[in-house]
Order: sequence, then structure tokens, then C-alpha cells
Amino acid sequence: MTTANEQRKARGKRVRGLIGKSGEFRNPERRLAYYMVLPTLLIILAVAFYPVADSIWLSLHQATLTVTGPFVGFKNYLLLFQDSVFQQALANTVIFTVASVTIEFVLGFAVALALNRPFRGRGLVRAAVLIPWVLPTVISAVMWRLMLQDQIGVLSYAAHALGLVHQPILLNHTYLLIASILVDAWQTTPFIALLLLAGLQTIPADVYEAARVDGASTVQRFLRITVPLLKPTILVAVLFRTLDAYRVYDLFYGMANRQLESLSTYVYEGVRITQLQFATGNAAAVFIFVTAFLVALFFIKVLGMRTATEE
Amino acid sequence: MASATTTRTRSAKKGLAAVLFYTFIALIVLVSVLPLLWIFKMSIITNSELFASPPTIWPQHPTGASWRQIFNNPGFLGAIRNSAIISALTTVFCLLFGSMAAYAISRLRFNFKGSVLTLILAISFFPGVAIIGPLFKQFSELHLINTYWSAIIADTVFSLPLTVWLLVAFFKELPKDLEDAAKVDGATTIQALYKVVIPLAAPGVATTAILTFIYAWNEFLFANTFLLTQNTQTLTVVIPNFATVHTVDYGAQAAATIVATVPLVILVLIFQRRIVSGLTAGAVKG
Repeated sequence: MTTANEQRKARGKRVRGLIGKSGEFRNPERRLAYYMVLPTLLIILAVAFYPVADSIWLSLHQATLTVTGPFVGFKNYLLLFQDSVFQQALANTVIFTVASVTIEFVLGFAVALALNRPFRGRGLVRAAVLIPWVLPTVISAVMWRLMLQDQIGVLSYAAHALGLVHQPILLNHTYLLIASILVDAWQTTPFIALLLLAGLQTIPADVYEAARVDGASTVQRFLRITVPLLKPTILVAVLFRTLDAYRVYDLFYGMANRQLESLSTYVYEGVRITQLQFATGNAAAVFIFVTAFLVALFFIKVLGMRTATEE
Repeated sequence: MASATTTRTRSAKKGLAAVLFYTFIALIVLVSVLPLLWIFKMSIITNSELFASPPTIWPQHPTGASWRQIFNNPGFLGAIRNSAIISALTTVFCLLFGSMAAYAISRLRFNFKGSVLTLILAISFFPGVAIIGPLFKQFSELHLINTYWSAIIADTVFSLPLTVWLLVAFFKELPKDLEDAAKVDGATTIQALYKVVIPLAAPGVATTAILTFIYAWNEFLFANTFLLTQNTQTLTVVIPNFATVHTVDYGAQAAATIVATVPLVILVLIFQRRIVSGLTAGAVKG
């Protein structure tokens, strides 16, 4: 008992030295708090952060899955940027991200405004809207692929009948990319709509009432009240969607049967399928990580997004 | 505009607005639900009807052939089991780790709370693909590749931010008095968490469990990377491969996608309100 106590004291002193604030680890409540977050932190550090460091390390070496060779500096990155498949994957990913997030935001806002009005059966409509969102992305991709198939697909039939397309949709890169953007819009517009709807419901009705009394038009009320008050929610929704669209993998995999490359499918091909490109694949992985981080930073610093930790 | 007709125009305008509004609502519902119904229709028609041009609207000769085919396929049945096991265990681990972390973050005082929360939430912005190379290497060395554990470990880490985030929001809504009373009566903090807080926050914990389960059920990247054979592969991995291997069995593909989505549609219909509250928890604090 005494030894346990002494040990604890000794440990407390050591940690106090480490943390530099007196009593932080001696206080039983605070010590318990650290113990409680420790499992989560450890597993996250081991399974997410350590592999990122490893990715960076591997991308700077001549490496295969089993053997890490000599240090080669940024050679893998040079190879990566010269690879026309990577360039195509980057272009596809950027076009996909910008187009799908824009469409989803506009449609999502419209749906949110519609659902913000009370009407009979609103709960059912909300449940219906949730259905596309809840499906596994890769499965909904397979579903849409069935509807886009040349001989049996109802959408393929309709598009040919209307003269919109002149070749099988699934064999044409441009058509595939457009179809992927639309399927993504179908699937994730509900997410933006529900987030914005929740945001709309926090705006008190008397704000609008006061504006109306002062003679503000509908458009003025929307631009001067709704948009500014909704800005934090808009930023959260758009950031989440942007980063999610940027790592698109399931959708392209299911829709295009590996004929349409995104950055993520490029990494997957490199590190899992063509093992010769293990090192370049890791360089591409680091590229995705760094650029995604920069996008998040842009939202937080430049656009002034409030993060969850500020209270 | 003549003053006599003003009121009529106004009410006509109002009527038109209402028509437009309900048309828009109807359109939203149709676009959300119709694709699923169409795929279901594809799963119950004959092969010759599938190839009919123009496509039939109503099934002419409904048949269960595609459904029999997938349910006679042991690989497919195995995939349902694999998906269920991996998602259920991921949910259990997430709630176990997540409830402790969320309690500490929402109730206890300690330095670095902000950094801890940021570190956890950063994972939700993490492109999973950035780590599949090194993780595959490490899991190979640990002989975890092609076991349930490889998917469970990766899924747990990547759904933990969601779990912690939701639980923090739900725990914060609870009054602190009851725990304090329990502690006065001699309960430890851990006992207060499991005997008082979690039972009181049960609806929130259930919401969190549902959303975590959905996340794990839908996960594809890690499953497709770490699970190599049909013994361990989940529905999300088996179905797209089904689509490329049996290219001509369109009816069976359609039936298979319906099987993967039905549990989720049922969850949505039952827990619609909870799922929405969970989805938006915290993201829109006034």
C-alpha cells in the first residue's frame, strides 16, 4: 500500500516535470481524465498518425511493400507529378470536388429552406431524404451503374432517346465523370440539407418578423439575415463535404469499374495492386494528406470557421 | 394592375406558390426514393424483360429467380455475416473507448482538453487512403491481414471521432446533479459514468450506436484493402466484385444491392428523428 502510494507520488513528480504545471497529474480528477482519454488517443496515434509518418518516410525511399530501400529524396514525387495517370486523377478529383460540392450546396440550401416550412408529412419527407444519404456509397454506385448500363439501363435509354449521349455512358470518361458528380449530388445533398435545416431552426422567428416590419423584402431577409446567421453552419457543411469529395474512392470504384481515376483510386492502385509503384503510391498518399490539411486550414484561418474546441 | 383584380391576383399568386412548393417537395421525395424502387423492380423481373427496349414500367412477369440465386450463393450469405460481425464489434469498441473519452472531455477538468479533442476530431478530416500503404504493411507483419480485426481496428479509429463528438454533445445536455449525488453516496467516477450518466443519456447513446453501426456497415476502403477472401469480405466488397465477375447477372446484382441497403432503410424509417438529431448535434450550436 505504502509502496503503491510512493510510486504514485514519484510518478506524479515525474509527470509534473513533464507537463510543467504543478499538480496537474496529482489531482485525482485530472489524472482520471487522462486515463479515460488515453485508450482513444493511443489507438488513434498508433493506427492513424503513426502510419502517416510512415507514409512520409516510405515516400522518400525506394520502397516496395516488403523492402524499404535507399533514401531517394523527392524522386518519387518527381515521378508522381510526371505520371500522366496521376495528372488525370488530380484533374478528375478537383473537377469532381468543385462541381459536386457546388451542386450539393445549392440544392441542399433549397431543400433546407423548403423543409423549414411547416407542412403536413414533413417527418416522412425528412425520412425519405435521408435514404440516399444512408446507403453505402459503393452500393449506390453499383445501383446507378445498373441504371446507366447500355442495354438494360433506364437512364441510358432515356439519355439516348433524348439525344443527350451518342455512345455507351459507361465507356466514356467524360460521361462517367458527369454521372459520378450527379450520383454524388443525389447521395449527399441530404447531408447538407439537414445540417442547414438544423441551422435554420436556430434562427429565432422574431428576427424575420422585425425585418419584415421594417420593410425588408424576401431577398433582403435571405441575404442579410439567413446567410450571415447561417455562416458557421455553412462553413462546417461545406468543409466536411469538400474533404469528403476530395478523397472520393468508393463512388469511382463502384461506378467506373476502375476506368475512372481519382487521387484515392490512384493510391490504391499503387500500394495494393501494382506493387512496383508502392513508393509513388505513398507519395500520392502524402500529397492527398497535405493538400486536404491545407484546405481545412484555409477554412479555419481564412474563412474564420469556428472549431469545436473553442468554447 | 387594376385595383379590383389585386386581391384575386394575390390569392392566385399564393395558390401558384403553394403549387410550386408542393411540386418541389414531391420532386424531392421522388428523386430520393424512386431509384431504389427501380432497382427493386429490376431484381424481380425476368432477364428478357431486363433487356426490353423501351424498358417496362411495371414488372410483367415477377419472378424470384434473382433472389433465389443470391440466397443460394454461400459467398453472399457469408458476406452478410461478415458485415454484421465487423459492424457490431466496431460499434462496441467505439462506444467503450468513446464513452470514457467523451465523459472526460465533457465532465472532468484537465489541461490539454482542447488539444485532445482537436486530435480526435482531426481524424474525421483524414483521408483514409493516406495510410493504407503503411497500415497494410504493419497489419501484414502482425498477421492481421484478411482477419476481421484488420477491418475492425481501422473502422474503430475512423469512427471514433463521430462517436466521441456525439457523446460529448449528449453528455453535456445532462444535469450534473445526479452524478454528484451518486459520488456523494460513494460511487467512483467510473461507476457514476456507467451507472448514472450512460443510462440517463440512453437515447443519445443509442443514436450514437446507430450512426457508428451505419458508418461501419458502409465502410469500403479498408475492407477492400485488408480483406482478401470471401471468408472475411463484407457486403460492400463482395457486391461490386459480383458486379464485375458476373457481368450478365444484372438481376442478381440488383437483388444484392437491395439486401445491403434494406437494414439501413429500416433504421432510417424507425429512427429518423434520432438520426437527424445525431447528424446535426454540435455542428449547429447557436
